[in-house]
Amino acid sequence: MLRYALKRLLSLAISLVVASLVIFAVIEVAPGDPASFMLGINAQPDTVAALRSELGLDVSKAERYLNWIGGMVRGDFGTSYTYRTPVGQMIADRMWVSLPLALYALALSTIIAFPAGIYAAARRGKPGDMAVMGATQLGVAVPNFWFAMMLVLVFAINLRWFSAGGFPGWDEGFWLALKSLTLPAIALALPQSAILARVMRSSLLDILGEDFMRSARAKGLSRRQALWRHGLRNALIPVLTIIGMQFAFLLAGGIIIEQVFFLPGLGRLIFQAISARDLIVVESVVMLLVFAVILVNFIVDLAYAAVDPRLRART
Amino acid sequence: MTLLRIEDLSLSIGPHKILKNVSFSIAPGEIVAVTGESGSGKSMTALATMQLLPESAETKGAILLGDLDLLAQTEPQLCAMRGKDMGMVFQEPMTALNPVKTIGDQVMETIQIHTTMTRAQAEEQAREMLTRVGLPTDRFPLSRYPHELSGGQRQRVVIAMAIALRPRLLIADEPTTALDVTTQAQILDLLKELVVEFGMGLMMITHDLAVVSEMADRIVVMRHGEIVEQGKTRALFEEMKHPYTRALFEASGHQVNLPERAEVPEPILEVRNAVRDYVLPRTQLFAPRQYHRAVNEISFTIHHGERVGLVGESGCGKSTLTRAILGLEPLQSGSITAFGQEVGPGQNPALRSGLQVVFQDPYGSFNPRHKVARIITEPFHLMPDPPTGEARDRAIAEALVAVGLQPSDAGKYIHEFSGGQRQRIAIARALIIRPELIIFDEAVSALDVSIRAQILDLIADLSRSHNLSYLFISHDLSVVRTVTDRVLVMKAGEIVEQGETQEVFSNPQHSYTQTLINAAPVLPIVGQGAA
Amino acid sequence: MIRSRNLFIGGLLCMIVLVAAFVSFFWTPYDITTMDIPNKLKTPNAQNWFGTDHFGRDIFSMIMIGARTSLAVAIVAVGIGMGVGVPLGLWAAAKKGGWADEIIMRGNDLVFAFPSLVIAILITAIMGAGAINAIIAIGIFNIPVFARLTRSGALSLWEREFILAARVAGKSKIRISFEHILPNVANLLIVQGTIQFSLGILAEAGLSYVGLGAQPPTPSWGRMLADAQTMVSFAPHLALVPGLAIVFAVLGLNLMGDGLRDMLDPKIRVVRS
Repeated sequence: MLRYALKRLLSLAISLVVASLVIFAVIEVAPGDPASFMLGINAQPDTVAALRSELGLDVSKAERYLNWIGGMVRGDFGTSYTYRTPVGQMIADRMWVSLPLALYALALSTIIAFPAGIYAAARRGKPGDMAVMGATQLGVAVPNFWFAMMLVLVFAINLRWFSAGGFPGWDEGFWLALKSLTLPAIALALPQSAILARVMRSSLLDILGEDFMRSARAKGLSRRQALWRHGLRNALIPVLTIIGMQFAFLLAGGIIIEQVFFLPGLGRLIFQAISARDLIVVESVVMLLVFAVILVNFIVDLAYAAVDPRLRART
Repeated sequence: MTLLRIEDLSLSIGPHKILKNVSFSIAPGEIVAVTGESGSGKSMTALATMQLLPESAETKGAILLGDLDLLAQTEPQLCAMRGKDMGMVFQEPMTALNPVKTIGDQVMETIQIHTTMTRAQAEEQAREMLTRVGLPTDRFPLSRYPHELSGGQRQRVVIAMAIALRPRLLIADEPTTALDVTTQAQILDLLKELVVEFGMGLMMITHDLAVVSEMADRIVVMRHGEIVEQGKTRALFEEMKHPYTRALFEASGHQVNLPERAEVPEPILEVRNAVRDYVLPRTQLFAPRQYHRAVNEISFTIHHGERVGLVGESGCGKSTLTRAILGLEPLQSGSITAFGQEVGPGQNPALRSGLQVVFQDPYGSFNPRHKVARIITEPFHLMPDPPTGEARDRAIAEALVAVGLQPSDAGKYIHEFSGGQRQRIAIARALIIRPELIIFDEAVSALDVSIRAQILDLIADLSRSHNLSYLFISHDLSVVRTVTDRVLVMKAGEIVEQGETQEVFSNPQHSYTQTLINAAPVLPIVGQGAA
Repeated sequence: MIRSRNLFIGGLLCMIVLVAAFVSFFWTPYDITTMDIPNKLKTPNAQNWFGTDHFGRDIFSMIMIGARTSLAVAIVAVGIGMGVGVPLGLWAAAKKGGWADEIIMRGNDLVFAFPSLVIAILITAIMGAGAINAIIAIGIFNIPVFARLTRSGALSLWEREFILAARVAGKSKIRISFEHILPNVANLLIVQGTIQFSLGILAEAGLSYVGLGAQPPTPSWGRMLADAQTMVSFAPHLALVPGLAIVFAVLGLNLMGDGLRDMLDPKIRVVRS
């Protein structure tokens, strides 16, 4: 188990290094000189020179890369050119919106999808299955940001149960903050849960055809007992993969949903940074998102090993 | 007194009639074998008895266990009986166990769902049962996972699961078909002992008449969902009233009429000290690479006109050796020479045309999207100047006729053919460029006995008409014995014995060969059947 | 019955979208390049079936032209994904366990760590926004999807005996990949293709909505939704119609994909059994 974890950890480290190289290459090498790019065509030569030295552009590319990475490891993400504040602090503030939103949505999506998928699989071909499958077919087809707009229309504008947007901050009380994240989380979660429910169902149906399920029935387990005791854990393996991938979608998708609800999360930050050509902020946020995806994959790999003893045995 | 009585059982799934008026009974302590070829309905009879049929199945008649009609029981009642009153062992031990649960948990589950035993008591009983089936818990702790065990060991776990509560009836559906002969013998012995010890009735489903004859007290022979004959084992083999029983018996022990060997001492295949290693996955992150030696210093020669057999159990390296001879995999040392040219992945394809192969799986051997003509002419790729137009059509027709098919079959797709016909097509593909040596890699292993007999006859005929040499690779000793002149016995990557086939079989020198021959079940020698 | 129904309904929906997009090249009910302010924010009626927007433009006409954008982006993105991913997958499978396989698979993992939104952000940050960005971003994201699928399908085929037979017949791995492997994974690719197509439409809409995709004046469904957002309280049809158009197209593609899978899959099974 430890060996397996170490191996995954090594692979995590390699992925991070390569991903950071890619991001560095795109942001700091592709546009030519980042300083003049950020300042635009009409910038004064001395302003450009000042920014160059501020960004540390007067050293070699390799050195710049190492400085960037070294800074991030220490928690120093550089200073935003437009806001004149440390990028690390800005990101940390925004993460308190984006991360809870993604986790909230992930929890909702799982809570909805598991029962729906198990229910449909247990009633394969019957009206219950058809209904769930029909609903998921529709759920998969709905763009989450449009769904978000419809939720606003119904629950905020017409029914007035929720506010149409904005975020009071966690200091104003946990439940209030959670409430303002509820509509966005539902908008994110429902389409994802449709996908997850379909995967859960088909994965369970695959397992139901396995020989060991017949062995379980031959022991005297009822259909339902066999499904719960032997089917579920085996079916979980493909489902975990999807949950891992979904977290990436939820974090990225959250960026779009934040626009609908005017939430002060990473999404707002990055779009402002793009229009202000604040490459330092863009670079850091992108690296953070990619880091999150890679980290979640690592966790999913570990979860595999917890579920499947065959993986623990292999290195 | 009977334990199980099946009366007039008929079963249909949709429009298909699977079983027709099946009736037989099993007494306590009795072993009844249900035998027949694929499609005979023998497995469905077993599943019907367990009431584990597909939902769309409709049954008529009665299945009485004691005096309870299983067909009249509700599903919860059946659940209470399965595992407690009747247990079942399946064919595929590799997949019959849940991969994510320990063997202890899986055996204990049978106990815990039917009794009120505490966990400790159940654990004690599971330990007892596993020890009884030959997995003593000091060497095989309850915390083992299925993937840590071999096929034979897993089958023992499945048996322990099935008998944990000493059911009155045990059903075994081809319990040894997926196992090697030596393992098969052990599992069959175990089942026999358990029947005596527990006084269980055993319904044994198998296609193998030799196994049947050694195991069963009584035999039920089935074909197309009907019982054609049943009776006491000895009496049934003595009399064989029904022609199908006789045909089945004849096909099981089929002897081909192999033409005299045309001894020309000209070597066509020479294997010299061949070594093939596989890299194993690293067990530690920075440990040096470990190798598995699949083929270890093997040497042998096949001369023109010779028919050589290669026998060995699974994992002995015979498939690896085949691939190396076909030039699909490199050797680490040694050499393989065919027709005077060294074989290897970089070899000139034209030089390979003297050597062709027929594989085991009649279903996986063909591209499902191609027609027969395209499939069997694929080896033409090896020729510098392949025939075209009429010459090509003539070659196709000739090859198809040679294997007993029609020239018009060339325009059909592969799914239009049965398993036996597909194996004929595979042979036609090997024959079409008139090779001197064909490798038959378990080429009859997936076939029913009657089809197998026909294909073996075809191979003998071709050896006569085409003056073929071949290397016949099989795990089945009886088949190798009839179609080869010389035999090589392979174990753990090495050839432990070789010699004239009849000599090796009647007077085996190496202990492994002796074990193999002793373990292989044999058909009884009986009056009418032998005639 | 259900199978053919999925395929039929899905095919019909897709056909409608396709025809609307195609016809929009030659004809739309109204010209959408001119404003008609007096006629603005009309709810759906006999003249303007889907109503008009805040500039008085006909929404039905904009939906038709928007279909064009969506389809174009999704088709090219799937094309990039297949064109690059399938050969990579075939190559990796043919060289299973070798360095090429290793590099391709690790590369795939890496690309998977960049959601298409992130790629779009990166490109837009240095090149500015545009429909091309959306195509590249979604296309890159599609590459590992097809590469993985092709590889896993091809790997199981390489174990089959008919491939061994082809190798015994002296055919090269490249030739076998195209002659035997590709046709036998084509079904998988077609089904996945329709699914990626539908995901492409969703992704394009999302990117356009946040301004990383098609730019004005090019009409696109996501763009229309972004414009509608501030007016949703008093002109909900502005948001409703483009959203339903997306659902319509995506649902059609998904149903078609399901129908195709059910139709193509059993055939493979029939051949095997």
